[in-house]
Amino acid sequence: MFTPYRTIQQVSIITYEIEEPMYQIVSAQFLAENIKKIEIEAPRIAKKRKAGQFVMIRVGETGERIPLTIAGSDPEKGTITIIVQGMGKSTRELNRKEAGDTIHDIVGPLGTPSHIENFGTAVSIGGGVGTAIAYPTAVALKEAGNNVITINGARSKDLVILEKEMAAVSDEAYITTDDGSYGFHGFVTQKLQELIDSGKKIDLVLAIGPIPMMRAVAEVTRPYNIKTVVSLNPIMVDGTGMCGGCRVTVNNETKFACVDGPEFDAHQVDFKNLMDRNKLYLPEEKHSTDAFAHKCHMHKQA
Amino acid sequence: MDAQHITTKERLAIPRQEMPAQLPEVRIHNFNEVHLGYTPELARQEALRCIQCKDPVCIKGCPVNIKIDQFIKLIAEGNFLGAAKKIKEDNVLPAICGRVCPQEDQCEKMCILTKKHESVAIGNLERFAADYERETGNVELPSVKSSTAKKVAVIGSGPAGLSCANDLIQLGHAVTVFEALHELGGVLVYGIPEFRLPKEIVKAEIEGLKQLGVVFVTNAVAGRSITVDELLKEEHFDAVFIGVGAGLPWFMGILGENLLGVYSANEFLTRVNLMKSYQFPENDTPVFNCKGKNVAVFGGGNTAMDAVRTAKRLGAEHAYIVYRRSKAEMPARLEELHHAEKEGIEFMLLMNPVEFIGNDQQWLTGVKCLKMELGEPDDSGRRRPVPIKDSEFILPIDMAVISIGNGSNPLIKQTTPDIEVSKRDTIVVDMNTMATSKENVYAGGDIVTGGATVILAMGAGRTAAAAIHEKLMGVSAK
Ligand SMILES: Cc1cc2nc3c(=O)[nH]c(=O)nc-3n(C[C@H](O)[C@H](O)[C@H](O)COP(=O)(O)OP(=O)(O)OC[C@H]3O[C@@H](n4cnc5c(N)ncnc54)[C@H](O)[C@@H]3O)c2cc1C
Ligand SMILES: Cc1cc2nc3c(=O)[nH]c(=O)nc-3n(C[C@H](O)[C@H](O)[C@H](O)COP(=O)(O)OP(=O)(O)OC[C@H]3O[C@@H](n4cnc5c(N)ncnc54)[C@H](O)[C@@H]3O)c2cc1C
Ligand code: SF4
Ligand code: SF4
Ligand code: FES
Repeated sequence: MFTPYRTIQQVSIITYEIEEPMYQIVSAQFLAENIKKIEIEAPRIAKKRKAGQFVMIRVGETGERIPLTIAGSDPEKGTITIIVQGMGKSTRELNRKEAGDTIHDIVGPLGTPSHIENFGTAVSIGGGVGTAIAYPTAVALKEAGNNVITINGARSKDLVILEKEMAAVSDEAYITTDDGSYGFHGFVTQKLQELIDSGKKIDLVLAIGPIPMMRAVAEVTRPYNIKTVVSLNPIMVDGTGMCGGCRVTVNNETKFACVDGPEFDAHQVDFKNLMDRNKLYLPEEKHSTDAFAHKCHMHKQA
Repeated sequence: MDAQHITTKERLAIPRQEMPAQLPEVRIHNFNEVHLGYTPELARQEALRCIQCKDPVCIKGCPVNIKIDQFIKLIAEGNFLGAAKKIKEDNVLPAICGRVCPQEDQCEKMCILTKKHESVAIGNLERFAADYERETGNVELPSVKSSTAKKVAVIGSGPAGLSCANDLIQLGHAVTVFEALHELGGVLVYGIPEFRLPKEIVKAEIEGLKQLGVVFVTNAVAGRSITVDELLKEEHFDAVFIGVGAGLPWFMGILGENLLGVYSANEFLTRVNLMKSYQFPENDTPVFNCKGKNVAVFGGGNTAMDAVRTAKRLGAEHAYIVYRRSKAEMPARLEELHHAEKEGIEFMLLMNPVEFIGNDQQWLTGVKCLKMELGEPDDSGRRRPVPIKDSEFILPIDMAVISIGNGSNPLIKQTTPDIEVSKRDTIVVDMNTMATSKENVYAGGDIVTGGATVILAMGAGRTAAAAIHEKLMGVSAK
């Protein structure tokens, strides 16, 4: 059943268990500094979601709607898992939640599921919190019989997330760190280039992370004509195709990332336009983040 | 003068009673409702203007055939609650329709007085009666027939879905409304701004439906969270009504449309109305900071007027309407046009945008336009605008809002392929029953007609409710 409104109510033949439309957090723990894994009760979404899909979350009554990828789900238990990096106000507020707390609104699963088939050898690349977004698709690729190689990149050792989980679905698993504190010293693109240079036949590359990383991966694979998919992260409002705020330019056409995507052919994406459009609310975001940090600070002092 | 002893001549001598409104220079600084409503005295005075025609032609102009002469008579007699009841026999959302119906094209256009005098202010009176009933705490819940043990799912909580749910619950069916957003009301809450339709009124109407037993499920996107087939087969609904509106914004397809500062009207209005970004930072959702900026809205419908007046209220220095045709062709309600003019909105008519121009940071700085002149009438009977040679010029703007209409959201079509849709992706129905090509699935409102009006969507919801009842019970609803 969905979570409907009010308290127990008889509607002729059916009885709905009715509570506040709030969503319970079942468990929550930090995976790395500022990156939290949160398991939430949302039975309908847990049952329906497919790899590559996301939810829109509104943390509180006055909150904004933010998109977060469904990192995993447990249909039996009726829960979904999200992995959130504290960026600005909404994500930090979410990261302060603990088991037992509630979230005001969750809607999903949204977006077109990842296109999954047995491509042959698939390389899944995750940068930073992008690893959380790449993970469910890596799982699905493995289940479809692909030879899965994962490259899990982070700035430094303590920011590496989902190392065990990624390794478990990989035939080959690599960690890269920018500062060399763990695994391969360098960027994910360098590791990818190494794999290509070693003569490995690669049929699909999936890259999810910061925009510059995704753009760099696209440039690495372009000369070899390797099919490359990225998951785009424009600013969204409704997530249902109603506002057009999430529009991105792909193959010189305007697409709505929330319904046509979020995954697109990396070689056709206009990354510059995406990067520019994501700067739209920088002053407002800074204002909210600073005010929120200040409030948290005061809270600690009190 | 009282309702019993007044001659037609005396009635005709009364001037149309204007509804008090906030002064333009005041209201452009707030989001409160522009119109303040009739006082009981003004309402009675206006009601006395109705000559109580033997053949009240006004009724033919109302898509739901409200018994206009009768309710106005009750107002003239001072029986305001009786008037509200009378209206509600035909229209479940009178406080809303009284405010947003394009009366000058419907009931008031047909009013016999229109020819020689000014029409009776039917919309204002309807609004008054409904407000009076609500504000004095006299709203009575209608009676609900005993349970039929049938379940109906309504998808979308706009006027079409709400009116369908209302009729069905009263006929004794169990009704569950599934809404994609976190709030109920459709365009009434995310599109039409507070200054034209206070959200409190929409809330009150929905509260009434909840009390009748309608179950509302928010955050439920049909096609994604649940499909029509699942509703029928797994959730065992006996029928489904689809009222998902026309929610896919069209862009103009010109260069520069993805520059920073270019919005669809849906996005701009959703941010401001639904997410309340005019109260940023108390509400977290930001919107373009219009203060002191130049904003241009492209289009000439109600949505365009709402967007441009919203920009003005957010502090825009210049707020323009850029429209390809002339004022006479604008589809917006006349009243809204007048309000916009008084609020200092600047109309750039017979102009067609051809390209948005940005700076090196990709922020919008201007729009290149062509001047137009009116040529031969087109399919819609409106004179087609044709560009004037070498008339190109650049209008400097910081923000653009595109308001040229909406297509249909493809979600239902994609996930329920056995529902027939038109070339424009609207759902095809039998207009007498609103039945779709799929057994036990009905549809109505903007998803069938394309962007239309609140009252037409409501009418469609009611037609469908009656047909659903007949189908499920084998008897007519009447
Ligand atoms: C399809 C999709 C899936 C995503 N999945 C994840 C995920 O699994 N884990 C995760 O940590 N992050 C994910 N993100 C990014 C996440 O939505 C943003 O980090 C978040 O919205 C930032 O909000 P904020 O208030 O905390 O930060 P803000 O200070 O408001 O913004 C920080 C940056 O986030 C972006 N952003 C701001 N508002 C939005 C918005 N409404 N929608 C999208 N982006 C926005 C902007 O680029 C902005 O510069 C995803 C984004 C998309 C589009
Ligand atoms: C800004 C603006 C101003 C307007 N002004 C006027 C006016 O002054 N007078 C007038 O008569 N008309 C006006 N209109 C038009 C009028 O609002 C619409 O014709 C009317 O609302 C249509 O009603 P509806 O029920 O068909 O759809 P909507 O009101 O659009 O409601 C549809 C609902 O369905 C939901 N939905 C969509 N997809 C799904 C899904 N897959 N699953 C679940 N739910 C879904 C949407 O979120 C929405 O809540 C205006 C429209 C706009 C946009
Ligand atoms: S519902 Fe609309 S058309 Fe009908 S009487 Fe009222 S204002 Fe006029
Ligand atoms: S047509 Fe005009 S005057 Fe006649 S009954 Fe209707 S509102 Fe009254
Ligand atoms: S977020 Fe509004 S259309 Fe994609």
